[in-house]
Amino acid sequence: MSFIADPVSFITNWLNSLLSGWGIPDMWVQFIMFIIGAGLLAFGAMIFTIGLIWLERKLGGRIQDRIGPNRIGPWGVFQPIADMLKIFTKEYITPIGADILLYNLAPILAMAAVLGLWAVIPLSSTAYGTNINVGALYLIGIGAIGELGIILAGFSSNNKYALLGGYRAVAQLLSYEVPMAITLLIPVMFAGSMGLNDIAGAQKVAFIFQAPVAALIFFIAGIAENGRAPFDLMEADSEIVAGYNIEYSGLKFGMYYVADFLHAFTSALLFATIFLGGWRGPGAEQYPILGFVYLFVKTAVVYLLTVTIRFTVPRLRIDQVMAFNWKYLTPLALATLLVTALVDKIAPAGQGLLRIILLLVANVLLFLLADRLVTLYRKNHQKLRKVVSEFRPVPVTIRPSVAADEPEVQS
Amino acid sequence: MLHEWLYLVIFLAISMFIPAIAIGMAALLSPKKPAPIKNSIYECGIETYGPTKIQFKAQYYLYAILFLVFDVETVFLFPFAVAYNKLLLFAVVEVIIFVIILGAGLAYAWRRGALEWS
Amino acid sequence: MTVMQLIFLLNAAVTIIAGIMMSRVRRLLHAALWLVLALFGVAVTFGLLEASFLAIVQVVVYIGAIAILILFAIMLTRGGTDDTYDNSKRWIISLVVALIALGGILLALFTWPQGQALTTPLTAAQQDIGAIGIALLDPEGYLIPFEISSILLLAALVGSIYVGIEHKGEEK
Repeated sequence: MSFIADPVSFITNWLNSLLSGWGIPDMWVQFIMFIIGAGLLAFGAMIFTIGLIWLERKLGGRIQDRIGPNRIGPWGVFQPIADMLKIFTKEYITPIGADILLYNLAPILAMAAVLGLWAVIPLSSTAYGTNINVGALYLIGIGAIGELGIILAGFSSNNKYALLGGYRAVAQLLSYEVPMAITLLIPVMFAGSMGLNDIAGAQKVAFIFQAPVAALIFFIAGIAENGRAPFDLMEADSEIVAGYNIEYSGLKFGMYYVADFLHAFTSALLFATIFLGGWRGPGAEQYPILGFVYLFVKTAVVYLLTVTIRFTVPRLRIDQVMAFNWKYLTPLALATLLVTALVDKIAPAGQGLLRIILLLVANVLLFLLADRLVTLYRKNHQKLRKVVSEFRPVPVTIRPSVAADEPEVQS
Repeated sequence: MLHEWLYLVIFLAISMFIPAIAIGMAALLSPKKPAPIKNSIYECGIETYGPTKIQFKAQYYLYAILFLVFDVETVFLFPFAVAYNKLLLFAVVEVIIFVIILGAGLAYAWRRGALEWS
Repeated sequence: MTVMQLIFLLNAAVTIIAGIMMSRVRRLLHAALWLVLALFGVAVTFGLLEASFLAIVQVVVYIGAIAILILFAIMLTRGGTDDTYDNSKRWIISLVVALIALGGILLALFTWPQGQALTTPLTAAQQDIGAIGIALLDPEGYLIPFEISSILLLAALVGSIYVGIEHKGEEK
């Protein structure tokens, strides 16, 4: 019974007693357990991506009114494995003049930046990688390592289009880190701690009800950080010839691809942990495996939403992307932070219903105000454009004297 | 607490190790036939024209500066967020002043056109 | 030698080697990347002292913002990515200055009464990040520096925007 209720703790305790029974000193037992745990988690995340690629391609196909992969295996489930086999055997074409060490380090850094996120996410009340007390800031730091990888890729390819694509990608990623970091402050405020375990554990009422605007901003910034549609222009095929990973071939390119898909799922996992309550649900404390199931269901909902948005919405231009971030998301995030901090101090203490309703009302009012301001701003700008491009019809008549102007052979 | 950081270091090392092993394996399995036309820099199918390192716009640097300032501001606000439940309303007012000063900076950047992607 | 000492020595070696390489390589971009490695070494040092908040802030601010700013600045400068920097003549003077500075720091460390004390594991109260928050916002604590730092950041932002944007009628 204990194995079914809490498989991770059961196996951990069993392995612990096994290794201690062999007479290995305590510190080494812990070290070996860490290596086994970390290896399983990282490897499991990478293998899970294979199923994720299939799911996304099938879903994308259905949304676009086509079937998606269906040849290899029933419903095309072995399609990603075939793709993997193909990519493993493609030749690595290194461009002339590329910086060899940096060129090879960049895809590894990109993958490490995404996998590193899995270390701090609480998968159930007892199964988590590590419970560092600065989990929220760690998310931002790992994003920074990913950006470093992209700059390395752009520069070491010795190709001006890769460099340009790298600059634009890093500019977009840097910009969207700001609202993401600011809205991360709000769950930290509510939970009183930066650790993700504590944030997940403090949600008797899910934080999305207490801070809906912050959740929305975090969701949008997460999609933009990932580089998915509508913020697609980092790797879009029709833009600037596929961006910073032009000169990569074979599995190095495959690493970027896998990192992209895994990042989408990991963003959904983070959103579910921080704003939807993570593994919390009825009975999740006594039976941690239930916690795992709840987390998976919540993540699946958010992930499917992300995939639907990806295949539905058209791509934004780079100036629209930047304007949206610096002129709307960042001021809105700052305003949400201030309003939430103020209202939460004024409202009665405890997790009472009145406090939640006050917070909800404040958030809705803030959102409507922001909407009104955007409409005003757009009206101001549209007036300008109307004056510039006013259409004045000019009369055109066909005069017979045009034909008479032709020189005649005989006068 | 140190053992938690140790786990993180081990995890990051493994997450760099696994892709490296995979790329190494693929290097063993894939053919190696370097040819000058294959290894040349890609430029829409024509030969490379002009120097490879281009000059870029100052706009990228402005975005990086904006990000730096707001990043440092957010890092200052994280201890406030952790201690939020034990603080008084007075502390929230102080933080509002802090954020408004930096919001004025953002407004200056907006008016000056530093946020436009020209 | 305990495991902690081993890890500390390894980290110190990586940081020092990264620092030396940073000042010795020819290409400026490679120097910036060695700087990133040195900053990472400093973050690990903070982690070894159980200052987890400072370690993560080091990664987020220094590596995530300042190192990327330095990389952008190098690529923005004309000739920043060239290979022609000649640093063979001045290294003796800089070595002497660095050794004098190191001597001064070591002297200060060895005459400090706590300089020979061993690190003890921190108690839970000492690891509380909320205490930093309360101290930052306490009027008898660090409130004035907190507000002044926001003005400092504002000044930095306004200054760099003024220098960076294109003024009408001026050459870039």
